[in-house]
Amino acid sequence: MSAITVRQLTHIYSPDTPFKQVALNEVSLDIQKGEFLGIIGYTGSGKSTLIQHFNGLLKPTSGTVLVDGEDIWKKGYDIRSVRFKVGLVFQYPEYQLFEETVYKDIAFGPKNMGLSTEEIDSRVREAAEFTGLAPELLQRSPFELSGGQKRRAAIAGVMAMRPQVLILDELAAGLDPKGRNKILNQIKEYHSKTGSTVLLVSHSMEDIARYSGRVLVMHRGSLLMLDEVSKVFARADELVKTGLDLPELTKVLLILQQRGFPVNTSAYTKEDVRAELLRLKGVTGC
Amino acid sequence: MLRDITLGQYIPGDSVVHRMDPRMKILLTLGFTVILFVANNISAVVAAGMFPLVAAVFSHISYNVIVRSFKPLLPFILFTVILNLFYVGGDPIVEFWVIKITWQGLHVSAIMSLRIIFMLIGGSLLTFTTSPILLTDAIERLMGPLKKIRVPVHEIAMMMTIALRFIPTLIEETNKIMNAQKARGADMEQGNLVQRIRALIPILIPLFVSAFKRADELALAMESRCYTGGEGRTRMKVMKMSARDGWASLCFLVSVGLVIACNIRFGSAFQY
Ligand SMILES: Nc1ncnc2c1ncn2[C@@H]1O[C@H](COP(=O)(O)OP(=O)(O)OP(=O)(O)O)[C@@H](O)[C@H]1O
Ligand SMILES: [Mg+2]
Repeated sequence: MSAITVRQLTHIYSPDTPFKQVALNEVSLDIQKGEFLGIIGYTGSGKSTLIQHFNGLLKPTSGTVLVDGEDIWKKGYDIRSVRFKVGLVFQYPEYQLFEETVYKDIAFGPKNMGLSTEEIDSRVREAAEFTGLAPELLQRSPFELSGGQKRRAAIAGVMAMRPQVLILDELAAGLDPKGRNKILNQIKEYHSKTGSTVLLVSHSMEDIARYSGRVLVMHRGSLLMLDEVSKVFARADELVKTGLDLPELTKVLLILQQRGFPVNTSAYTKEDVRAELLRLKGVTGC
Repeated sequence: MLRDITLGQYIPGDSVVHRMDPRMKILLTLGFTVILFVANNISAVVAAGMFPLVAAVFSHISYNVIVRSFKPLLPFILFTVILNLFYVGGDPIVEFWVIKITWQGLHVSAIMSLRIIFMLIGGSLLTFTTSPILLTDAIERLMGPLKKIRVPVHEIAMMMTIALRFIPTLIEETNKIMNAQKARGADMEQGNLVQRIRALIPILIPLFVSAFKRADELALAMESRCYTGGEGRTRMKVMKMSARDGWASLCFLVSVGLVIACNIRFGSAFQY
């Protein structure tokens, strides 16, 4: 069963004004329960717009969004309950921190859910552990933390709601490579431990390739591809045409293909590329 | 949505109205507003209203946008109409119980509502066709003589420019923060007054924090480019009047003439 289903979703910003902008155009897709889905696309391709439909922050201009098989915009549906099922971490989420202490800020979501104090406490501690926030940081003011720690606190604030689907928009933007890997590994661990669905929006093909099972490629408000990572990379030339960057290793294979070697460009991990190169060596004998 | 407000918004373009000298646009808008109140009967008001309407046609701004500039104030206009309709004396059209509607009342309420509508069209046309930066620049130039009596004209204009520049940024930021808190289940649409005010805290605190940070960064950027205030500052683009400003003022003078002629010919509607 799918966690989120979208049919013919179109979104137009500021309709009927000179600033009208079609951000999504007839997008249909299914997101499977428990999958790790990467979302990629050039700047302005509509990624952020798309994911804000998944938790009901944006209302479709036309089309339907089903969460858990239920139309979230049908009459009588409590739209706030979607926010707890589908947790969304925005781009640069550290700017949303506001409480006196990190603990209270992480507790904001669970408190809005109306949970008991003990339940809130256990969720806050669990979320802090998943994001690697040391327990002594919880009593500090969020404004005293470093940039990376603020980001972790903000992610923990959404995780603490234990959403069935966790969406992360540009989670690693502005972090150094080491911090980036660490935080992404923690998300991966969260995914495998909790079995929840994770959607990762990123500009980095490398990150998407490393962590996700399937990839969704957006292009100018339309869905260009939704497939397994290797199948998406097999269509490398199309990706390049839309202005996306490929992982460095895939680029090497692509160059070899352009030079006329019979190479399969769908490999993207270090091991696979190595095997492919060795195979090629065997075939061509050079 | 906050960003759908058109009043006071700049709509980039390349029409004659856009390219007029902003100082002339401000003067004409002020002059037009005065004339609108000099006009004291319906034909004179319509004659005065022709001026912004013709300008609107020349500005290539769509009819919808113009209508939207006064639409939000329709309830207010309606209120004015009703008030005048019932309180102006004269020859009755209908009369029952305490309600009495007169020809004069009808006339006066038509004048009042048209005045408001034309004033809004004129004012929005100014902001639709002039970028905020040019607008404050022009105000600074027009108020230049006040410097002699030690009014800090440049500083006031600079403050206006900065405020105008950051309004869209702040609106966007507010939207973003609101969405982020809503994503954590913040409830801003329900509850009593106290609960609603409390619900603003998660939005206001991050907003203030980032506004102060922005102000800090801006001050630093200005200082590092040696900004010291208006003293001895020159401009790269100096405002110049041109032929089209002459034509525009000619049109305005014609409409002034028309209004005065109508006033004399038909007489004032405010005699009761
Ligand atoms: N609030 C808004 N009002 C009007 N237009 C918007 C708004 N938000 C986004 N857009 C426009 O919609 C389009 C899609 O934007 P979106 O933010 O979804 O892109 P994105 O794929 O997330 O880009 P990025 O990678 O830069 O975050 C863009 O052309 C953008 O200018
Ligand atoms: Mg985005």
